Amino acid sequence: MNRRRAQAWIFIGSLLLAFLLQLMPLPQPLLLLKPWWIALVLIYWSIETPDRVGLGFALLIGMCGDLLSGQLLGEQALRLVVMSFIVLRFRSRLRFFPISQQALAVLGLLLNDRIVVVMIRGFSGDPIPTMGFWISPFIGMLAWPFVFLLLDDVRARLRAQES
Amino acid sequence: MPLSNPDKIFLFAEGAVSTTRLIAYLTLTMIIMVIDHRAGYLESMRAFSGVLVEPAYRIAALPSDVARAGRLAVATQSQLVDENRKLREALLLAQVRVNRMSALTAQNERLKKLLDVQKELGLGVHLARLIDIDLDPFRHRIVIDAGSAQMIKVGQPVLDAFGIMGQIVEVLPNTSVALLITDPTHAIPVKVRRTGLRTIVYGTGGINRLRLPNIPISSDIKVGDELVTSGLGGRFPAGFPVGEIVEISNDESGMFAAAIAKPAAALDRSGEVLLLQDLPQPMGPPAPQHNDPDVGESPASEEQDGAMP
Repeated sequence: MNRRRAQAWIFIGSLLLAFLLQLMPLPQPLLLLKPWWIALVLIYWSIETPDRVGLGFALLIGMCGDLLSGQLLGEQALRLVVMSFIVLRFRSRLRFFPISQQALAVLGLLLNDRIVVVMIRGFSGDPIPTMGFWISPFIGMLAWPFVFLLLDDVRARLRAQES
Repeated sequence: MPLSNPDKIFLFAEGAVSTTRLIAYLTLTMIIMVIDHRAGYLESMRAFSGVLVEPAYRIAALPSDVARAGRLAVATQSQLVDENRKLREALLLAQVRVNRMSALTAQNERLKKLLDVQKELGLGVHLARLIDIDLDPFRHRIVIDAGSAQMIKVGQPVLDAFGIMGQIVEVLPNTSVALLITDPTHAIPVKVRRTGLRTIVYGTGGINRLRLPNIPISSDIKVGDELVTSGLGGRFPAGFPVGEIVEISNDESGMFAAAIAKPAAALDRSGEVLLLQDLPQPMGPPAPQHNDPDVGESPASEEQDGAMP
């Protein structure tokens, strides 16, 4: 019971941290480099605990992100639903990839997400962003091993503590 | 990690998620987006959820506040003395300028009374601080720590010491969001201070660049010209610096000159901003300017509002 609760705390804490990191200010030249933390954390949890993270949960998280960033309501929700659908569909394979291959898969997911953004912006009549827009997926790829290892390590420690 | 139903896991076939559910959720998000885009329900919902959103903004801004406080705490004596001296010099200069200005203002008042002008230039301002968070690097928006509790309203111009920064687009109970003039969806009516030529300045999405895409090719404009708000459109009061021309070229069609300007305000450096209280704006077209024959002939289509939807 206690372990369950600790797991839930890690789960919620990581998502809250991702939201805060997303809002965190950076110096002007580094702004474009900010990876989409929420997506990285959500990918991790949908690979590890798919029974907890479904499409509905992705929708909910996306709505929270939209509210925080004051964008078109539903934009991030749509992006996360698409992303978590792909992750859940290929979960059994992603789970056994070595970490470098996983990072490449994450790059693919994030690039796909950028294409979805361009589509949404196109439909809603917003201007199409500049070339710097395509940098962030690559940073996301570089950040993925750290997110993965950090969360995995925290959970492994917890398990070791319990037994 | 045991799964709830291990029998149903396939390596290559449909697994835990079905396409039907995906389609259902996608439809749902699209409906939400369309409703929000058409009717703008996001504002009312955000005002509703402001209770939750505002603390999140404050918490996200905490680390940078702490860093700033830390830097101040460990700043050396000589740095502080240096800064102090610089500030005192700046204050002295400003004081001199103010003194000269007050004489000019008095003179202006007298002249205006002679001309029987009713329009007042009295400005009510509200000083507010930036909350240092980043909403989206591709949309130039800033968050300010004053909201509807401080009588902030949508559309109020935001300024810093050097010029116009943008305008308020969203008001929460204790914070508000402002759109910067460099946002790609922002436009502001300006005139060239030297010649009085009226045009519109658009944002580009780059923090140091503004765009003036349609200047008549025969008009008198050159690098270094100062742009000030023209006061048309009724959103921004007239006479505040907006930017300075840094580059002039022809546009693709060759029918217009296109210029690039540098914003006057320190858009990425300001910590405090001024919010102008609503000015009583005269309805209808502005009165013709008597002393400047160039100005009256520009087409009326330039009198757009400050922001495009």
